[in-house]
Amino acid sequence: MIRALVLIFGLVTHAAQADTLRLAVTTSFHNSGLSDVLLPAIKADIDLDVQLLVVGTGQALRLGEAGDVDAILVHSKSAEEAFVAAGYGTHRREIMYNDFVILGPDTDPAKIEDQSTAEGSLRAIAAVQAIFISRGDNSGTHKKERALWQNAGLDPATHGDWYKEVGAGMGASLNTASGLNGYILSDRASWLNFGNPGQLAILFAGDPELFNQYAYIPVDAARHPHINADAAARLEAWLTSPAAQTLIDGYMIAGQTLFTFNASPTSP
Amino acid sequence: MNDIWAGLASAFWLIVTLDPDLVEITLRSLRVSLSALLIAALIALPFGTWLAVRRFRFRRATIAVLNALMGLPPVVVGLIVYLLLSRSGPFGVLGLLFTPTAMIIAQVIIITPLIASITHQAMRELWAEYHDLLISLNTSNWQRIRTLIFDGRRALLTAALAGFGRAIGEVGAIMIVGGNIDHATRVLTTAIALETGKGDFALALGLGFVLIALALLVNFAIHVLSRTEREGRW
Amino acid sequence: MQMTATLDGASVKRRGKTILGPITHDLAPGGITIVLGPNGAGKTTFLKVLHGVERLSAGQVAWSVPAAEAQKSQSYVFQSPIMLRRTVAQNLAYPLQLTGTPKAQIQTKVQSWAAKIGLADALDTSAPRLSGGEKQKLALGRALIRDPKVVFLDEPCANLDGRSTKEFEALLITAKSAGTRIIMTTHDLGQAKRLAEDVIFLLGGQIVEAGPAPAFFADPQTAQARAFLKGDIVE
Repeated sequence: MIRALVLIFGLVTHAAQADTLRLAVTTSFHNSGLSDVLLPAIKADIDLDVQLLVVGTGQALRLGEAGDVDAILVHSKSAEEAFVAAGYGTHRREIMYNDFVILGPDTDPAKIEDQSTAEGSLRAIAAVQAIFISRGDNSGTHKKERALWQNAGLDPATHGDWYKEVGAGMGASLNTASGLNGYILSDRASWLNFGNPGQLAILFAGDPELFNQYAYIPVDAARHPHINADAAARLEAWLTSPAAQTLIDGYMIAGQTLFTFNASPTSP
Repeated sequence: MNDIWAGLASAFWLIVTLDPDLVEITLRSLRVSLSALLIAALIALPFGTWLAVRRFRFRRATIAVLNALMGLPPVVVGLIVYLLLSRSGPFGVLGLLFTPTAMIIAQVIIITPLIASITHQAMRELWAEYHDLLISLNTSNWQRIRTLIFDGRRALLTAALAGFGRAIGEVGAIMIVGGNIDHATRVLTTAIALETGKGDFALALGLGFVLIALALLVNFAIHVLSRTEREGRW
Repeated sequence: MQMTATLDGASVKRRGKTILGPITHDLAPGGITIVLGPNGAGKTTFLKVLHGVERLSAGQVAWSVPAAEAQKSQSYVFQSPIMLRRTVAQNLAYPLQLTGTPKAQIQTKVQSWAAKIGLADALDTSAPRLSGGEKQKLALGRALIRDPKVVFLDEPCANLDGRSTKEFEALLITAKSAGTRIIMTTHDLGQAKRLAEDVIFLLGGQIVEAGPAPAFFADPQTAQARAFLKGDIVE
């Protein structure tokens, strides 16, 4: 019995680890599968173990504020700028973007396929009161969705029963949308990696409004001295390097490119 | 139904190929939950027995609180442990958040009341049986507790296994305090939650079957090792 | 040295009802004392008061040695034997382990007492699996293994058959010959006559009559004792 326990404990407790960095990322980034490509390359190129905390943008920012992670990689520009302005992060560095798509039942009861803008699509959905699933978790995607409603001149708070806030991550929300056969705003990567599509299909995409900019923010070591600032700087250098560009631009699911690298080569 | 078959097939393949990721998270699940069980048992078994043996002023209140704590929502425990261990919380300097140690702490808090309460129930009956003899033999409190724990070990094993079952199947608290970091704090339950989120039901279910098998295996192993079912000794 | 006890106005009340006493009495110094009396007379409470495990409502019990020492040199056998869920050997060893007796010494004593109570072949048997008679003999062995100066027995043979009772009484006689003071309650007048050197007759929580056994059985001084010995129901 004792020997068995010792064996179990010994196997799991790894020997001395390489340099580690905790990075809070959004579920949409993680669900895209890109991290599975990037992390091994980071380990190989700069010998850094990146530990991903997969959370919503809201929680990622809180983790950064509390100093529980060394850096964050999220996609909600205004919140990121507020984070840096409040002194929690040293600076904001844009890395890449992907895009959001509006999914819905392939019968498209709101006929959003005919619309030319994201706002128009949302107005069409609201007009027929088709079921719409909202993340409702204050994530980057959720914030994006609310901004789109606002642009469309509608307030989600006044929506009826057809508007459902599930308060869950992208995958769980997609599961709900698939089960209820409703409309939902999702990032393209999460959708392509999603294994339970049901009757859902991409009904609207391509409006520049729907582009989704990812930015990297190192947590300020002046505020939290235990932060691994050196590793955060090395990771930033790698994420903006040509090596990262090749991997990010070359990452495809089902023959589709998901991310577009757009980091400027010099730090702002 | 298709998903369930796919789950079974997926579990089968994961196991026969000894998938390295599966082995790693399974061992981590065991390590976290067995550590939590060990610590919780060291606290709960003597405490539950002590509650059965001692008469003191707030005994009934203590037992009521204990029974209420048994139903602690793990998510709330997770959140509180998270806030305590966060770098900006009171124990932040320890740097324990998002480590297996944090997960063990959360699980200890969740299962200790459960084990203590079951222990108390079982020990109360045994104490009623032994009371007159142990009083007559002029035993100290500590001797009484040790005697009851030793002679009631079968019931205590059940209490410990109930605690283990709750720990190994728990997801809410360890998701929050562990962070579900791949190769660091990912365990079976958090991996299942993750795969479900991705819509990969087959893999999630496969991991679920592994979890169930593991729980059965540990129960069985403990029974065999402690020879519960052997005639005569018990 | 013999331990003697003096009760001084000792009484036990539970929920306002007097169960025992007040009793003022000097316990005879040695031998076997049999406590007689009908159900509800307070016999068990009387034994527990002497043993020091029953809380007194008034008065006191004084042994000829300090209270702590007194309880250590006493043991108690219950009407229905309390068996630890362990083997026979472990049950015998238990009182010795409590006092931190060296292991080798425990081993020797366990062997010798197992032989005396006729359970030498059953050392590894689980005690709760023994027959009623075996259990009560084991309880007696466990009570005597610490060489107590005083042993209390509460109706120890109430559930035993004739043969077991005979073996049990033989063990008691041996213990008495070795100098152990024995204080025992019984319902069985025959057993009382066989064993008693001294009798205490309790009724309604009071000592109605006490004295040497031959005189008590031959010529009881009180009407209640006479009625009891005749087999009448006394209240």
